[in-house]
Amino acid sequence: MEVNVTRRQFLKLSGAVAATLAVVELGFDEKSAKAQSEEFKIAKLTPTPTICPYCSVGCGILVYANEDDVVYTEGDPDHPINEGTLCSKGTTVRQVYTSEKRVTKPMYRAPGSSKWEEVDWDFALDKVAKNIKETRDKTFMEKENGITVNRTDAIAYLGGAALDNEECHLLQKLFRAGLGLSYIEHQARI
Amino acid sequence: MTNHWNDLQFADVLMVIGANPAENHPISFRWISKAIEKGGKLISVDPRYTRTSQMANVYGQLRSGTDIAFIGGMINYVLEHELYHKEYVAHYTNAAYIVADTYKFEDGMFSGYDEATRKYDQSQWAFKTDEEGNVLTDPTLTDPNCVYQLMKKHYARYDIDTVVGVTGTDKDTYMDICKTYGSTGEVGKAGTILYAMGGTQHTVGTQNIRAYAILQLLLGNIGIAGGGVNALRGESNVQGSTDFGLLYHNVPGYMEVPTGSEGDSTYQGFLDRITPASGYWVNKPKFYTSMLKSFYGDNATADNEFGYHFMPKIAPGKDYSFMRLFDAMHRKELEGLILFGSNPVVGGPNSFKEQAAMANLKWMVAVDLFETETSAFWQKEAGNDPSSVQTEVIFLPACSSFEKEGSVTNSGRWMQYRWQGIAPKGESRADLEITHMLARRLKELYKNESTPAAKQINALYWNYGDDDHPDIELVCRDINGYDWKTKKQIQSFGDLQDDGSTTAGCWIYTGFYPENENLAKRRDNTNEGMSNFLNWSFAWPANRRILYNRASADLNGKAWSKERVGIEWNAQEGKWTGYDIPDFVATKGPDDPTFNDPFIMMAGGKGALYAAAKLNEGPFPEHYEPYENPISNAFSSVQLNPAVQFGEEEMNAKGEADKYPIVATTYRLSEHWQSGAMTRNVPWLAELVNHMFIEISEELAKEKGIKEKDKVIVATARGEIEAYAMITKRFKPYKLKEKTVHHIGMPWHFGYKGIATGATANRLTPHIGCANSTIPEYKAFLCDVRRV
Repeated sequence: MEVNVTRRQFLKLSGAVAATLAVVELGFDEKSAKAQSEEFKIAKLTPTPTICPYCSVGCGILVYANEDDVVYTEGDPDHPINEGTLCSKGTTVRQVYTSEKRVTKPMYRAPGSSKWEEVDWDFALDKVAKNIKETRDKTFMEKENGITVNRTDAIAYLGGAALDNEECHLLQKLFRAGLGLSYIEHQARI
Repeated sequence: MTNHWNDLQFADVLMVIGANPAENHPISFRWISKAIEKGGKLISVDPRYTRTSQMANVYGQLRSGTDIAFIGGMINYVLEHELYHKEYVAHYTNAAYIVADTYKFEDGMFSGYDEATRKYDQSQWAFKTDEEGNVLTDPTLTDPNCVYQLMKKHYARYDIDTVVGVTGTDKDTYMDICKTYGSTGEVGKAGTILYAMGGTQHTVGTQNIRAYAILQLLLGNIGIAGGGVNALRGESNVQGSTDFGLLYHNVPGYMEVPTGSEGDSTYQGFLDRITPASGYWVNKPKFYTSMLKSFYGDNATADNEFGYHFMPKIAPGKDYSFMRLFDAMHRKELEGLILFGSNPVVGGPNSFKEQAAMANLKWMVAVDLFETETSAFWQKEAGNDPSSVQTEVIFLPACSSFEKEGSVTNSGRWMQYRWQGIAPKGESRADLEITHMLARRLKELYKNESTPAAKQINALYWNYGDDDHPDIELVCRDINGYDWKTKKQIQSFGDLQDDGSTTAGCWIYTGFYPENENLAKRRDNTNEGMSNFLNWSFAWPANRRILYNRASADLNGKAWSKERVGIEWNAQEGKWTGYDIPDFVATKGPDDPTFNDPFIMMAGGKGALYAAAKLNEGPFPEHYEPYENPISNAFSSVQLNPAVQFGEEEMNAKGEADKYPIVATTYRLSEHWQSGAMTRNVPWLAELVNHMFIEISEELAKEKGIKEKDKVIVATARGEIEAYAMITKRFKPYKLKEKTVHHIGMPWHFGYKGIATGATANRLTPHIGCANSTIPEYKAFLCDVRRV
């Protein structure tokens, strides 16, 4: 993994973490905190820098995870904007992962049905691709008033404000340049 | 933002209007606090006494929807008391431009209006030119038709008594704000304006922001540290998603979408239409052709107009924006809806009607982390009988931001990389992967077909890997752009060509990935001066941290203030140097006739106090009342913005003041985010704020016999919702010239899914929007309140 946390930054981070936990769990005894720190769950984990998914301040967050779980998250002390601080939303970002409400499998709701059914990815993607193709083929306009327009006005796309730039790029490219959608909109409009 | 978050500390005065950073951008407040610690003054202007107001030196109460009256009065005050930055205004703005005699303004209307279409003939507002097309100017600023004089005349009507009679602001407080903010016009001082959706979500939204920009230009506050017009954007990448053209009217990098008109029927004709004669946009053909090359690769050649005809051309004059999209859904014109992290059942205006329209869809695809109200619109909890909803719905589980990698662009235009911290939960996948998998399947379905629909998708250049997992490095390289033949990365957008030899997925980002380093990944937090952190991440364009920074220096290229050096002309080195990347040709010296033209994106290089042929309702912002309002317009006999367009009547019921006398607005809370799709599913946040409430004044509560925590009903012409009453001192009745008006507010985060549930405020909001952006008027509407 290509993580650009420098050694200096990492050492500083470890120190900051130990100090924070010391206040919470051990009082202000720094020596005792250092002695204990090896037993902390995160002691052997390397933090991964991320940026908060909520507002647009763009605060840095460090994610400590093992293979099965996100163990701990905290404000990135090296980040020039938040310098280690976070608000209520940024602080609780771990629970975006741990929340039991997360949907972890594709789901399908048949016309008229009152429930979701769990399906596999191939089924779901094939269904989506088939729907897009059917509607698109039926409604695609090659020309309008004699001018080449190559578009469909029967499929709409919405969303993007919480996606990554790379994702926005591919979505725009696929839905406009590749599929000819006119109705492409997202949260910036609302 | 023209500036960035760390830069707020350099302001002498900060005016927050239509935003509440203390609660909605909490960490940004560190830099506001730092400015205050250094002696800066904070002004908060808001209908509600927010936590930002609590921290402010001055709080100005303003009735929702009256920003132009408020700022117009400040413009008048600044002009009347000659507080403006005289050199800056004379040389860096279009104050001296002479306007054609066809420009007129009378009783709220500019010249050239056509009532039938609700549109203006904007050519009537053009500048006067000589035979060669050069704009005539009067450097003395005395010609009665020069911008300066017309502006002075226009805003002379915004006298203090009329203004406060409309906005409801206390007169002494208003004068204090005018004086305090006006003080930043002094040479060397800096004032910043911070706004958010409180500014934009109005029928006059774009003109609200224009008014802020005019005030900032007058005070010489654009281009300097601690200055600027700064949008506090609401989502982690709403900047990037807009940059990348996820709106019907823009392709990446803020360029036009072709239309099915005669003029656009050839690529050259289209380029001629969209390329201005001067200003940096003369390079648009290079950016556009490079983008087409990125879209269509080998299928974009000089012989086929670089694949221009593969691009969809929208119907000329047709509005495809968010509300019109739902109008079309209501009319059964749409078969399919694809949602990637979008929840309009909570976030859309008049959302119950928008939800009802969804039942007309044949199919819906929702890509999200959690089950949203939108993806579940067919359920009984949504008020539907599932058996009667024939829409097929497919839900694809997405993973969260730290379960994948990629970059987001914050409000200050910093493109910051997020590394992957853990594998996606369960079977969830990155949106990048989902998009890629879908593209691969669609290409497969079409590969043996040759219909026009097939030709378009077959022409699409999709080179992100041969299996279902896309290579993000290839995506990044594609965004930056490269030389088509050598495949070497392009260093800067100045190197892009219009002959098909270069690519660029989004030209404003070109330069973030030169050679083999993705600059969005940079983590060097050394402050090399003025807290610009030039080696932390990458800021578009070209890593510039403050836009228009040429204006931070005077007519000789020296900083206006030694405390706020942006860039300065360095005669010895023959170039601009300083603490930022010049937003100007770096070697352009005093001998160049355009040395004092800092606004490089504008034809003419001057800041636009007057916007000729840019905005739909006029070259100067003029106050009009919201769609629903309790009083008559004090500035003219025109009630509503004359350029506002109406959509489907059935989607947009209007309430009148006799039945709905109370002004309502919506807002956000620290603990929740947007439609709550994420935060209402996060246990700690759901516990912190777990109920929908309506915030009302003590006076209104007394009048209606409402007690704290009573269940109340809020009714508008669109519908009713039920929630708890929260009685506070933060709202006060407005003593307006005509009458006293009550004002209430409510958060809009709630819905029926998730851990914390509650009534959806947007069931109440009107389906009408800004005459330019069509952003809905969520922030000002009429209602009534009663006890359950």
